[in-house]
Amino acid sequence: MTKLKKHAGIEKNKTPDRRHGDEIRHIPIEHAGIEKRVRYDQRGGIAGIEKIETGIEGFDMISEGGLPKGRTTLIAGTSGSAKTVFAVQFLSEGIIKKDEPGVFVTFEEPPEDIRKNVISLGWDVAKWEQDGKWAFVDASPVVGEDHVIAGEYDLGALLARIEHAAKKIGAKRISMDSLGSIFARFSEAGLVRNELFKIAAAVKQMGVTAIITAERTEEYGDIARFGIEEFVADNVIILRNVLEAESRRRTMEILKFRGTSHQKGEYPFTVIKNTGIVAIPLSGIELKQRSSTIRISSGNPELDKMCGGGFFRDSIILVSGATGCGKTMLSTEFAADATKNGERALIMAFEESREQLFRNASGWGIDFEQMENDNTLKVICRYPEAEGLEDHLIIIKRVITEFKPHRVVVDSLSALERVSTVKGFREFVIALTSFIKHQEVAGLFTSTTGELMGGTSVTEAHISTITDTIILLRYVEMFGEMRRGITALKMRGSMHDKDIREFNIDGKGMHIGKSFSNVTGILSGHPVFTSTEEVDRMTELFK
Amino acid sequence: MNKFKLRLYITGKTTKSERAIANLKKICEKELKGLYVLQVIDVLESPQLAEDEKILATPTLIKDLPPPLKRIIGDLSNSEKVLLGLDLSPVLDNKERREDTQ
Repeated sequence: MTKLKKHAGIEKNKTPDRRHGDEIRHIPIEHAGIEKRVRYDQRGGIAGIEKIETGIEGFDMISEGGLPKGRTTLIAGTSGSAKTVFAVQFLSEGIIKKDEPGVFVTFEEPPEDIRKNVISLGWDVAKWEQDGKWAFVDASPVVGEDHVIAGEYDLGALLARIEHAAKKIGAKRISMDSLGSIFARFSEAGLVRNELFKIAAAVKQMGVTAIITAERTEEYGDIARFGIEEFVADNVIILRNVLEAESRRRTMEILKFRGTSHQKGEYPFTVIKNTGIVAIPLSGIELKQRSSTIRISSGNPELDKMCGGGFFRDSIILVSGATGCGKTMLSTEFAADATKNGERALIMAFEESREQLFRNASGWGIDFEQMENDNTLKVICRYPEAEGLEDHLIIIKRVITEFKPHRVVVDSLSALERVSTVKGFREFVIALTSFIKHQEVAGLFTSTTGELMGGTSVTEAHISTITDTIILLRYVEMFGEMRRGITALKMRGSMHDKDIREFNIDGKGMHIGKSFSNVTGILSGHPVFTSTEEVDRMTELFK
Repeated sequence: MNKFKLRLYITGKTTKSERAIANLKKICEKELKGLYVLQVIDVLESPQLAEDEKILATPTLIKDLPPPLKRIIGDLSNSEKVLLGLDLSPVLDNKERREDTQ
C-alpha cells in the first residue's frame, strides 16, 4: 500500500500518526534555499491532514478537531476583531493544556505591550518566557528609526530568527501578528509576499502549526489586504465584529480548510476576562441528551397533577404570561422545591434585584437567605444590558458547571431578548437549552407576553419546539374582574390536564382551583362567558 | 576624526550577501579609507544577534558610529543611497562635511 493511500482515509481521525510525526522532527532545518523546502513541502502534503486541538473553547468543535497540523492558517479580520487575542490564545492554550511551546512573531505591538495586554485574560507570558515555553520574535517597528533602501534585499533574517526561536524552545506552535504592518514598512509588496510564502513553507517543513493574522478593510469583502490569502490559501478563518442594531456581535467563520472538513457558516464568539475567546458552536450541538422518566415536583401539588405527576427531571419548561400574572412566583416555588429534597437550584434573574426577589419569596413563606446559606440555592441577578448575550450565555454555563444545580430558573428570557438581535437571541436560546439538557438538569424559563390577555411572545416562537413543557398563565377578564388562568399547553411524553384552571396567589403561594369550564376564548384574549347548558350541549356534540 | 563603526548583517553566503559586502567595501575604500571598522554578521550563524538588533531584512547595514544610528537595507548597489544613509554626501569630502556639521 502506498503512503498516499494509507493516509488518505485518516482525515477525521484525530489520533496522531506518531511514525510520521517523528520523521518530520528529524528533518534538519536547512537554510540554503527554498528548493529543499519545496520538496519537504510536497512530502508534508502526503501526510494527510491531521489536526491539532487549539484549546480555544468552542473553536475545536467548529473546526472539527482544531487547526490543520503543520500548516499555516490565515486569521483575517477588521481592526478590533480579536485577531491578536486569537494569536496569543493559540499559543497560551498550547502551553497550558498540552505543554506545547510556542513562538510569537509580532510585527505590530512590541512584546512588552502584548505581555501587559493579555495579563487580564489570565496569561502570564513573562513567566512562560522564563520557563522556556514562549519566545518572542520582535519584528515590531523600532520607534524613531527609519531605514534607507539601497538595493535588493529579502527577509531572510526574519526567517532565520523564527527558526532560531522555534528550535531554541522546541516550538510546536507559531503565531504571527499581524501582517499589515510589515507591508507598510517594506514598500515592495510583491517581495514581501514572496518572503512570507517562504516563511509559510519553512513553517510547514519545521512541522509546527502556524497562524498568521491579517487585516481586512470591510466585514464582508476581500479576504485580506495585500493579497495575502494567495500564499496561505490553504486555511482561512475570518473573524468579524459587526455592528448590528447598536450592539457589536463577534462571529468567526472558517472559510476553508483545504483537504479537511469543518463546520460552515458564522458562529458567535466572545472575549472574556481570564479566558479569552470562547466560541459558541451552534450546529455542533447534538441532540443526544438522554431522556429521563423520573418526575420532579413543580413546587405546587395541583400543578403537578395537571402535568400528569410533575415535570420530567431533565426537561425544559417554559412559563409564559403577561406581566404580574405569577411567573416569578411559579419559578420561586419551583426553585424552593429543589431544596426541600436536598437538591440545589440556581436562579438567574434578569428582571428583579436580589432584594426584590428575596422579599417576594419571604412574602410567600420561602426563605431564600437560609437556602443560600445552606448552599442549596444560588441567586444571580444581572442587568440584561450589562453584557452581550454571548457573555451571558457563558456566564450561565460557568455557574451551572461550577454550582452543579439540579434545577435552573431563568427569569426572564424575554428580558434578554431586548439586548440582542433576533438572530442572536435565537442562537442564545438554542445554545442555552441544549447546554441545560446536556447537564441533565431541569430548566424553567419564563417569558413575558406583550399583551395583558392572550398573545404569545417572540421568545415562545424560538423556544417552543425545544421545550418539553409549556405552562401558560393568562389573565381572564370576567364580570369586571381580572382573574388568572393556568394551563399546561404541552407536556412532552406524558398525559396532562387540558383544562384552563383558575388560580390565585396569596401569602402562602399559588392555589390552583377549578377550571374555567364555561369560558371560551381565554387564550385568544377574548374570553366569552357561556352558560352551563351550552357547555353541556357542546360536550355532548363532540362525544 | 571619528571612526565609522559599521555592522553588516547577511543571511548566508548568497549572491546578494556577496554583492553587499563587495559594494560596501568599495564605497568604504573610496570614501572612508582607514576610517572605518566593518563587522560582517551572518544571521544564520548568530540569529540571536539579529534578534537583539531586530533585523528583519538582509542585507542590513547598521552605522553605529558616528551618531545618529542609521540602517541601510539592500545589497548596497545604489551607492548614492548608501552615502546618504551614512550621512556622507557624495559632493562634499569628509573635511568639508565635518565643518558643515559643527
